[in-house]
Amino acid sequence: MIAVVEYEAGNVRSVLNALRRCGIGDPVLTAREDLLKAADKVILPGVGDASVALESLRRAGLDRIILALERPVLGICVGMQILCERTEEGNAEGLGIFRTAVRRFRPSGDLKIPHMGWNTLSALQNPLFDGLEEGTYVYYVHSYYADICPDTIARTEHGIPFSAALCRGNFFGTQFHPEKSGPAGARILRNFLSL
Amino acid sequence: MVAKRIIPCLDVRDGKTVKGVHFLDLREVGDAVDLGAKYAAEGADELVYLDISATLEGRKTFTRLVSSISERIDIPFTVGGGISSLADAARLLEAGADKVSINSAAIRTPGLIDEIAGHFGNQFVVVAIDARKIGGRWTATTHGGSRPTDRELFSWAHEAQERGAGEILFTSMDHDGTKRGYPVPTFAALCGSLTIPVIASGGAGSIGDIAEVLTEGKADAALAASIFHYGEIPIPTLKAALAARGIAIRQ
Repeated sequence: MIAVVEYEAGNVRSVLNALRRCGIGDPVLTAREDLLKAADKVILPGVGDASVALESLRRAGLDRIILALERPVLGICVGMQILCERTEEGNAEGLGIFRTAVRRFRPSGDLKIPHMGWNTLSALQNPLFDGLEEGTYVYYVHSYYADICPDTIARTEHGIPFSAALCRGNFFGTQFHPEKSGPAGARILRNFLSL
Repeated sequence: MVAKRIIPCLDVRDGKTVKGVHFLDLREVGDAVDLGAKYAAEGADELVYLDISATLEGRKTFTRLVSSISERIDIPFTVGGGISSLADAARLLEAGADKVSINSAAIRTPGLIDEIAGHFGNQFVVVAIDARKIGGRWTATTHGGSRPTDRELFSWAHEAQERGAGEILFTSMDHDGTKRGYPVPTFAALCGSLTIPVIASGGAGSIGDIAEVLTEGKADAALAASIFHYGEIPIPTLKAALAARGIAIRQ
């Protein structure tokens, strides 16, 4: 069973639809501890303000539940950012899985913020990216980024280099949206589901 | 480097895709979900669906269509047309839209931008501006270009950005449907002065036009309809040609 964490974090519809397209049956959208613990894989989506998402997780007691999960967990976009140590967005304390901070892009020259659109993945070093080539394009939309750190498993660049994906233990995170990244994104989701 | 985006635009009435020249004389070109899926498979970077239904029944059909698009399409898509409240935006988000495009409602009620961005994030709000040059001044218009407003393109685009828009979609109504190219210097000035991405729309007739607006015009994305719908410039041909000119393009 694949579980998607249910909390106030924006659009989960596209994540659910992408999982269905992977042909693994119906994912379960839930905030129940027993279901999240029993799930083979857990996906933590997230769109919008990371500090609001963190507040919502904590209010529901989901922070404790997520930290205790032992099977693979994938945080997407803001879902990845809230697994970091802290974020400049609302100066919030994160769940502290990934050993890096999340910062806001600084305006400079022609740099557009949000970083929106298709950008590459490079320095790929995880089974999450099996079958993908260096330079594969995936879809990003965000104004905050995670620094490069020992947990970085793919990087990209928008004015500065930053973490496109992170991994520590059973926790994975992607700054991009695999559910919106065409065939490359579908491959990444299938790779995660078959970990 | 983030790639320049190519965005087919599908005008939808009662679930069917249509496209007109100067927004008049609509011609039906096909099923909206099938056509979107075809464009996605061909390498479109995003899709825009605009609801041009005039009736409540048409609006309901469109919301159902958005759910079908979300089930099938694996690239981002924006929906627009007739969004005039937070509730409209919420309904389309719930149906699976990645972004909403607001146009005349934002001119009527600029606070709608703050409201939608505040609830669903800046990335969810595209402010579309249809402008025409009237007496040397780029004037925002409504009703398919026929009604000038008191808004000037540059100041309105900046206000939209300050209020929380994540992107600006600028259509020159003087160029839309003409296939004679974009007002490139205007795009360059607009894109250079905003920190949010700008989508160029209206006027593309050739690969050269699109290349020009993405380079000299500094646009982040190019949106077009008829050149794709009628197969005049297939997306793979366009993207290969843009890449050959050294433009960052996802292929």
